[in-house]
Amino acid sequence: MSTVADVEPILKQFANGGRDALIPILQAVQERHGYLSREAIVQIGRHLKLPVSKIYGVATFYNQFRFQPQGTFHIQVCRGTACHVKGSAAVLRACRQALKIEPGQTTKDGAFSLEVVACMGACGLAPVINVNGEFHAAVTPDKVKAIINTYRGKVAQDAPTH
Amino acid sequence: MITIEVNNRRIEAKRGEMLLSALRRAGITVPTLCHMEHLFPSGACRMCVVEVEGQRNLVPSCAFPVVEGMKVQTHSPRAVRARKTIIELLLASHPDDCLYCVRNGNCQLQTLAGELGVRERSYTGEKNNYKIDTSSASIVRDPAKCILCGRCVRVCEEVQGVSAIDFINRGSRARVGTAFDQGLNVSSCVNCGQCVLVCPTGALREQSHIKKVLDALADPNRYVVVQHAPSVSVTLAEEFGMKPGVDICGVMTSALRALGFRRVFDTAFSADLTIMEEASELAARIAHGGILPMMTSCSPGWIKFVEEFYPDFIGNLSTCKSPQQMLGAVIKSYFAEREKIDPARLFSVSIMPCTAKKFEAERPEMLAHGEPDIDAVLTTRELAQMIRMKGLDLHALPPDTADTPFGRRSTAGKLFGASGGVMEAALRTAYYLLTGKDMENPKIQALRGFQGIKETRIRIGELDIGAAVVSGLGNARKLLDAIRAGRNDLHFIEVMTCPGGCIAGGGQPYGTDLDAVRERMQALHRIDRDEPVRFSHRNEDVERLYADFLGKPLSEKSHHLLHTRYAPREVVV
Amino acid sequence: MCHDSDACRRRIATRAAVLRRERLDRPVVFVGTGTCGLGAGAGKTLAAVKRYLVDRQREADVVEVGCIGLCSAEPMLDVQLPGRTRVSFQGVTEDKVAGLLDAVFAGDIPADSVIGQFRTAAAQPWPGVPYVDEHPFFAPQTRWVLANCGMIDADQIDEYLARGGYRAFADTIRTKTPAEVCDMVEASGLRGRGGGGFPTGTKWKYALNTPGEQKYLICNADEGDPGAFMDRAVIEGDPHRLLEGMAIAAYAIGASKAYVYIRAEYPLAVRRLVRAIADAKAYGLLGDNILDSGFDLDIVIKQGAGAFVCGEETALIHSIEGKRGMPRPRPPFPAVQGLFGKPTVINNVETLANLPELAARGHEWFRAVGTKTSKGTKVFALSGKVARTGLVEVAMGTRMRQIIFEIGGGIPNGKAYKAAQIGGPSGGCIPAQHLDIEIDYESLKTVGAMMGSGGLVVMDEDTCMVDVAKFFMDFIQRESCGKCIPCREGTRRMLEILQRITRGRRNETGQEALERFKGVMYLNRLAEVIKDTSLCGLGQTAPNPVLSTLRYFRDEYEAHIFERRCPAGVCTELLTYRIDAAKCKGCTLCAKKCPAEAIMGTPRSPHYIIPDKCIGCGTCVDVCRLHAVVVE
Repeated sequence: MSTVADVEPILKQFANGGRDALIPILQAVQERHGYLSREAIVQIGRHLKLPVSKIYGVATFYNQFRFQPQGTFHIQVCRGTACHVKGSAAVLRACRQALKIEPGQTTKDGAFSLEVVACMGACGLAPVINVNGEFHAAVTPDKVKAIINTYRGKVAQDAPTH
Repeated sequence: MITIEVNNRRIEAKRGEMLLSALRRAGITVPTLCHMEHLFPSGACRMCVVEVEGQRNLVPSCAFPVVEGMKVQTHSPRAVRARKTIIELLLASHPDDCLYCVRNGNCQLQTLAGELGVRERSYTGEKNNYKIDTSSASIVRDPAKCILCGRCVRVCEEVQGVSAIDFINRGSRARVGTAFDQGLNVSSCVNCGQCVLVCPTGALREQSHIKKVLDALADPNRYVVVQHAPSVSVTLAEEFGMKPGVDICGVMTSALRALGFRRVFDTAFSADLTIMEEASELAARIAHGGILPMMTSCSPGWIKFVEEFYPDFIGNLSTCKSPQQMLGAVIKSYFAEREKIDPARLFSVSIMPCTAKKFEAERPEMLAHGEPDIDAVLTTRELAQMIRMKGLDLHALPPDTADTPFGRRSTAGKLFGASGGVMEAALRTAYYLLTGKDMENPKIQALRGFQGIKETRIRIGELDIGAAVVSGLGNARKLLDAIRAGRNDLHFIEVMTCPGGCIAGGGQPYGTDLDAVRERMQALHRIDRDEPVRFSHRNEDVERLYADFLGKPLSEKSHHLLHTRYAPREVVV
Repeated sequence: MCHDSDACRRRIATRAAVLRRERLDRPVVFVGTGTCGLGAGAGKTLAAVKRYLVDRQREADVVEVGCIGLCSAEPMLDVQLPGRTRVSFQGVTEDKVAGLLDAVFAGDIPADSVIGQFRTAAAQPWPGVPYVDEHPFFAPQTRWVLANCGMIDADQIDEYLARGGYRAFADTIRTKTPAEVCDMVEASGLRGRGGGGFPTGTKWKYALNTPGEQKYLICNADEGDPGAFMDRAVIEGDPHRLLEGMAIAAYAIGASKAYVYIRAEYPLAVRRLVRAIADAKAYGLLGDNILDSGFDLDIVIKQGAGAFVCGEETALIHSIEGKRGMPRPRPPFPAVQGLFGKPTVINNVETLANLPELAARGHEWFRAVGTKTSKGTKVFALSGKVARTGLVEVAMGTRMRQIIFEIGGGIPNGKAYKAAQIGGPSGGCIPAQHLDIEIDYESLKTVGAMMGSGGLVVMDEDTCMVDVAKFFMDFIQRESCGKCIPCREGTRRMLEILQRITRGRRNETGQEALERFKGVMYLNRLAEVIKDTSLCGLGQTAPNPVLSTLRYFRDEYEAHIFERRCPAGVCTELLTYRIDAAKCKGCTLCAKKCPAEAIMGTPRSPHYIIPDKCIGCGTCVDVCRLHAVVVE
């Protein structure tokens, strides 16, 4: 769980930052916590002496920033041109069906979240999905279930045993 | 000066200016939606596009500097078609709501659709389903009608320095919202309503109290009284096609009676009352080493601003209530007693050029015995609406005067409507309180006019008083920051939330016509020049109120009824 | 040089030869671990190589290199034995490592997995093994920008230096004035490779001639075009080339601070860049008073946060300034008034990566390649329905046919070529009749397309061009910043028209049918106004894919609109689904899964799809194990 105190070390790194430090700070905070909480945004506003409405406006403009925690495994489906031509729409549909969530959402058990990305720059390997930084190339709807199950197994492995 | 060619005609232009201002000076009207005078061009709406020879695409005239010899066509078929398409695109996302909309007949989008001859729904498609935000006491936001021109965001940020709203999201999902997209009431919004003035559509409007007032007027058990602010009488005429700067106070009083108000009072009276209390308070602070500089407290937007952004200055604020609230308090005590009316029956209405007054009236400190002192606040626009509803013809009504015991007013009280007016009135009475004499020349020119920050030093007896007048909260920030940084040569500061003063308040007629505001200001100055009673302390009705009821300024009764307190606000700023 | 002596010179030359791997004392195994390689499993391949060497107790160097550009051959592995040329192999997944290395170390080059051998200096060639530069993918290419990609260890500045790196920069700052550098670049004819095609030298001169103490250079590595990945490959494979180019550019305009604005979606590239900048600084090639020339340069990395519009210059500037990435009107142009109000030049990665060679060899050499208006080379990212996908660098003026059919190996599976989308969402498609077009900035415009950043997506007969237009318009709608009305609202309506055209006819009212017919008319009208009035390049070029597909594939549009049919069989809602009674065994699985309850039938009897209820989602096709659902 993120606490407000966690933002301080990051803000200290940007002690002399002006407005141009805003996006790097937001990126660093999200890197740390997985998302941008309200408390974090308010603290950033105080540090940079910026109105919170402006920070919220900047954060909601960009695809990268999330305001809710991600799943343990975050699946990004590439919907770039090459991937589209090679059938990524069907791959996305398969992901939605398998996880029963829409892009931008997280499964109820917190295991998976889904995101659509405009293009990941791996067009030679289309269609591409990326799970927690790990690329999977030439994905088809059939392969989607198998890929998800592999990660589901990892979730079960890491689950604490009470 | 350089020469350019527009529509095959040669016109003059200033070197380095934008094409749009040259066109306007030459009397050529090019429509705009996102343009704001004196602010850097946004280039968002593309309505002002014109054809410039040598440029491949159409060019936004608001953001294109003039070049010697340039050839421009402002209304070529290509330009007109572009403008029409843009309006059609806006209409495609807009609710088909004109007949039910608060801006029916007074909407820039509607006007442009008419001018450009839009006759069919060319582009039908999905509309955004945004919910209306009615959480605020003063302002209602209707994002479905927003065309994203950005003027509200800019005025809140660049003029007022509050930045309660900004754009959220991106593309066709973009909309205007507060931090975390919460209701306006929990944001840092100070209710000044400048956003309402600049909005070209019905996306922003005041919380309407018309129904409340009409219901009360129709209720035989209610005794409805009304007060009107100094700015209203010099502005109301504009809502009925008359030229700006005409004071129709007498006619307005008749109209108010015709609407059914049992008593019509003048807030300028309680402005005089405020001066008595405030000048006395200032004298006391100076004499006993109280917190200085003292700052005026009649502008509720300013008060909320201090509570949110500069809570360290709460002690500087005068403890005086605003004229609206002072009058509200004495109506439900002194007037009720005198007329033997049960205060619970009284329904007290005020007509204000201001939207923040609606918020002020609901502040917990402004209640007595659980009931608000002011039950409803109508803006100048709302009053005009009611007059139209009742079919009253302002040209035909005979002038009338306000009622005792709160009808008489000095010109000092009337000056409250313009930036610098409160300070002038206060200094005139402070002078009297400290020297026992009236000022020879009561007009203080240095405090008049449109400048955002005005200062003067005035000698009162042995004292050298530093006085500053600020309008527009962005300017207030500058002065407060300077004081935080150590400036300490000021005794008294007047702050009005709206640039130019209440005459440019959020409840005034839509738009930001600076010429009209100037006319209103000059009307107030003319009244001060021409009428005999020019000092608040010479207001006989005020004297009687003290003699009969309050005792003297800063007495215990005065403190109880006419003074208030403030506290820091926990909002996301 | 520490000593101006022959001994020193020999030592340096020897060391350089070692770094260039022209002198080996033990074998080297190269593994391509760019993002493409990793996506294909190169991470596992690398681990397998290391394990192999330990297991077999063989002494060898393992070097990670970037993308050489033949993405469809990834994971790629090269082996160079001492005294022999370097040989490149394709498709080397982890299971194939042991077998391959056994063979090579035994002196055998397996023909089925070899791509070719390089002409390594002073090394013995392998008999019977083709040369890489004769491979149909590589032969027609002119690799200037991509010269080192896939060849060197991107993290080793010494390897870049050994190949002549930073020499041009050192000469430039020691012997030329900024104005001379600008002149040279202008004379070369180098044009912005990000898509605008604006003459680079001319842009520099605006900035150089604007007075100011502080100026900025920004490298635009946002590469938002879906289908473009050349900038990523250059940064991952040869980051110092970019840094050297940036340094030359910064010197030419008088900038003492430079930013690399790189998209957050490129974490590996960011890592390489961080290392490269640190190494360059450590060597005194960045920082204060570089090489005693009096020139200071500091390079800072700024990560984008996911906004295609931030590829536009003024939006990019706003993003660096910490604001919403929304463009502003120009004038004033960034070269005069840009980042923080100072003169700023923004150049694309590929533009900058051209500079070291250009500075070293001069403008006449550069001008010798290309067409009349477009000089030099262009890197294309070839993807889609083509046999060999990857990065291709060819001289300007190369024919499209050669790129797709020679270099790319043509359309796989015997399908017919339909079109190639060039320029991403701002560009257009090149149909078969224009395959012989000589690609340069101007020629593409004459056929309604645009160079863009160089993304080239190939489509075959199974691609629906209306769907492609819809795809791009959907992308633009997601990425539009929303500031100006023509782009925000106009592209939305265009997208809706396209959606209407590709939507199923079920339950359509007469009114809706009428709107559908009027659709194309409105598309054209809107397209013109959007192009004419949008605030920035994104909006101004947004209608291009629609206009281009309308121009060449109008018949497909008409089939969709009037016949309610998708000739390519892509638009699912216009397809009819039918169960082949001969194949269906009545397992009832499709009926259970159908979201519209459009399938009826009794168990163990063939089922039937009710056409009026079917919404065309395709679920039944996905679940039927007997492939009994026929789609037409």
